[in-house]
Amino acid sequence: MSASAGTGVAGGVATPARPLRRNYARRYAGFIVPAAVVVVAVIVFPWVFTLYMSVHDWKIGGARSYVGLENYITLFSDERFGWAVLRTLWFTLLAVVAPMVLGVLAAVCFHRKFPLRGVARTIFILPMMATPVAVALVWTMMFHPQLGVLNWILTSLGLPPSAWVYDASTVIPTLVLVETWHWTPLVMLIVLGGLASLPTDPYEAAKIDGANGWQAFRHITLPLLMPFIVVSLIIRTIDALKAFDTIFVITQGGPGTASETINILLYLQAFAFYQMGYASAIVVVFFAIIILLALALLWTRSRARIA
Amino acid sequence: MKRRTLLTATLAAPALVESVGAQQAFDWRRFRGEKIEVSLTANPRSQLLLRHQKEFEELTGIRVGSESIPEQQSRQKVVIEFASGRPSFDVVGISLHVSKRLIGRAKWTTDLRPLIADPTMTSPDFDFDDYGKGAVAYATQPDGRLDTLPEFTDYHIIYWNKEMFDAKGVAYPRTLEEIYTAAKALTDPSKGQYGWVGRGLKNANITLWAAFLIGTKQRDSVSSDMKLLTDTDDAVWASELYTKLMRECAPPGSIGFNWNECQTTFSQGRAAMWLDGVGFAAPLEDKTKSRIAGKVGYGVAPPGPGHHHCGLYGSSFGIPEASRNRGPAWFYAQWATNKINQLRYFTNGAGAPARQSPLRNEEAIRSSHFPREFFDCLIESGRIAYPGLPEIVPVTEFRDTLGVALTNMIGGADIRSELRKATDAFRPVLEKSEQG
Repeated sequence: MSASAGTGVAGGVATPARPLRRNYARRYAGFIVPAAVVVVAVIVFPWVFTLYMSVHDWKIGGARSYVGLENYITLFSDERFGWAVLRTLWFTLLAVVAPMVLGVLAAVCFHRKFPLRGVARTIFILPMMATPVAVALVWTMMFHPQLGVLNWILTSLGLPPSAWVYDASTVIPTLVLVETWHWTPLVMLIVLGGLASLPTDPYEAAKIDGANGWQAFRHITLPLLMPFIVVSLIIRTIDALKAFDTIFVITQGGPGTASETINILLYLQAFAFYQMGYASAIVVVFFAIIILLALALLWTRSRARIA
Repeated sequence: MKRRTLLTATLAAPALVESVGAQQAFDWRRFRGEKIEVSLTANPRSQLLLRHQKEFEELTGIRVGSESIPEQQSRQKVVIEFASGRPSFDVVGISLHVSKRLIGRAKWTTDLRPLIADPTMTSPDFDFDDYGKGAVAYATQPDGRLDTLPEFTDYHIIYWNKEMFDAKGVAYPRTLEEIYTAAKALTDPSKGQYGWVGRGLKNANITLWAAFLIGTKQRDSVSSDMKLLTDTDDAVWASELYTKLMRECAPPGSIGFNWNECQTTFSQGRAAMWLDGVGFAAPLEDKTKSRIAGKVGYGVAPPGPGHHHCGLYGSSFGIPEASRNRGPAWFYAQWATNKINQLRYFTNGAGAPARQSPLRNEEAIRSSHFPREFFDCLIESGRIAYPGLPEIVPVTEFRDTLGVALTNMIGGADIRSELRKATDAFRPVLEKSEQG
């Protein structure tokens, strides 16, 4: 490429300048091909194929037929799907709020200087490093109503035993307990990073103005930490929405359907009942729910930035 | 371990000698140099086959690539691979009680009858008559095709804790109704002891419910003309017995128990009776894992008001129609279910073999660490075995829908209305499936 080509000047004669961007686009278009192929193959094609399947009645091993919106109509009249949506939202709410609250508190604690702080921080983040399936299997053993260590601890303390995941009324909170144990360290790490980057001037000014510790936390630390908290909120929400391994290994959606979230129902329809068409419709609707939640979170994030 | 290997080898010696004799007349090496892929379900039986795979490779010169996958994942993988039209395996382990009808209707696996009838393809010591009639009938499709070779039959028996029965002076139940009477008498929550433990987790719980239903006059959950029979008086009776046992005699939390939680509870001496597959016996007699080793009774399921049966489940080996190595694959299927391997299943407590010869091997029975009672129970159960699940394509949906109803019943819901609701929910699924 000559220099003149870019400036639009050739042999001292002024010619109309051609847009630079257009030239670049034309010359380097080939470079985006590998990325475009990957995006089309792993994102666009699966999505188009999922949409295609969602308007078909297709059971593995059987014939495939076009059914229009029938899968969606069935889905919205399916009581079990409705409950799965509510359960997913309930589980997500709890599995986001509990680690967020505990993670922020832990970050504030670990931000202070105390002996063996490094060791304590390392121990605290250990759960996050464990494989979810292995974690779930260990918790399953601990939840055993007669032989699990948790009920042994409760009864040793003179407290009544709990049915944990073996009762419809306690299964969701118990699964949230596992999620909280597993993912609070992640929130703590993000918020701890935020705390380390906070300026010290506002605290000095607040001290001169006579603010106490709580007031400094409430009016300085929390607002300054808000972008970090929102980031961890987004990550936790996405994680909680897609939670599958822990629930599947521990309860398989039971007792009955008491812990059957959208992911579990989707798995059953696709890989136990082999109803690929119906399962695809669930995927599409679940995606719409996630988009709505993501938009809400992004709106929250922009509000936090403005604040 | 070495002792057991030596013992099995000694017990199998006559079969080995016979096998060597037959081998001289049959060309086991006609496919030497070829390679096959085998997909097995992870269990004690596949472990035995994998351990002895070299025997097959040395006998035939065929190289074997094997995988062993947990049951649930294996079932999904197998179906998805078959549906792709080009499965990666040449031999596959199939759960008959789950996938038989699906695989049979799609004609995914090859009919083995022509291969069995072909003396150039089937070893003279194959002895097809040695396979139990029940096992062969179970593996045979409604159109008469034998599209899988029986490997293992799982009978549902009652494991009972002799010490707990003796302590309370309770006798082993003589009828299905008496299970409840005995369990009730043996339940003492203040001591953390319960008369009963059984599957409560939806889907898994259907096998227990079926154990009661097959004792009724009706016996089946789906009629021969594919009509659902799950809200009848007999179905209500089976559900009532199931619910009473689970609500009044089982440990708290049983509603979420699968077989593994039941096994743990029973092996730790917390429950007096457990009705489940005979293949779960081995850990109960393992002193390092079980507190009741040597105290376990093995009881045949007692008769119900209409029939005397025990639930029959099983697995078999199939060869995909799409396989390019059907010959070597058939050689593998013959080897995997030969008398020696089936005896290995038997002596290692890995489950009831599909062949009858191990059950007649008195020396193996005498030298086993399982009590004589275990083998008697197994042989007697084989005589009264009856398929526990209906042979329909959407069997997993059947288990799921009825399973949810059963958990609702344990939670206190009305039995008849739950059965009606589940039947109404599943009927269109079955009808659609039968329309193809």
